Amino acid sequence: MLHTVNKSPFERNALDACLTRAAKGSAILLYEDAVYAATKGTNVASRVSQATQAFKVFVLGPDLRARGFDEAQVLDGITVIGYDEFVDLTVEHGTVNAWL
Amino acid sequence: MSTDENSSGVVKKFMYVNRKAPYGTIYALEVLEMVLISAAFDQDVHLAFVDDGVYQIKKGQDTKGVEMKNFSPTYRALDGYDIEKLYVEKESLDERGIAASDLMVPVEIIDRAAMTALIDSMDVVLSG
Repeated sequence: MLHTVNKSPFERNALDACLTRAAKGSAILLYEDAVYAATKGTNVASRVSQATQAFKVFVLGPDLRARGFDEAQVLDGITVIGYDEFVDLTVEHGTVNAWL
Repeated sequence: MSTDENSSGVVKKFMYVNRKAPYGTIYALEVLEMVLISAAFDQDVHLAFVDDGVYQIKKGQDTKGVEMKNFSPTYRALDGYDIEKLYVEKESLDERGIAASDLMVPVEIIDRAAMTALIDSMDVVLSG
């Protein structure tokens, strides 16, 4: 299953809701304001880094760059992808669970 | 030079409290529009950036990939409207791993207690 999160982890609990309920081995895509969760040095960084052990975690590059971050500022274990790969992920996983 | 037609002579302390990240919602852009409007009325304008609002002035925003308007250069133009009182809450920066050098405009970084006092000293507060 592909889980998507698009809310800032500092403002909503959508990321936490996702991480606590996604099955091990699931793919998780962080996009829009959820890209902040993928950046280094935040209060949630250790929680997100830990999640990369149990899940395949992706972050949408265009949303990251719009907000002034680049790949070098992304936590290890998270893959930066573009729109084409976003489409591939949805096709590959069939079911999408959007944690709004 | 002020004229009677656009001013009662009363200057109030206005504060705009920015709490939202840019692009994900319309709040940041809407507050910026309000700020520019208030500049036309010769008021004592203050901007505060707290919580996810600190992301509004993160350097290096490039929105080409998402095909949205990059409105961040507007913050750098605010001093042209005599809006130079920008305050950023230190705790909000720290929680997000953002350094003062990551910000695109000159700001005064203050702690939460100082922010509380500053907000309390205002005549009009608008939050978004």
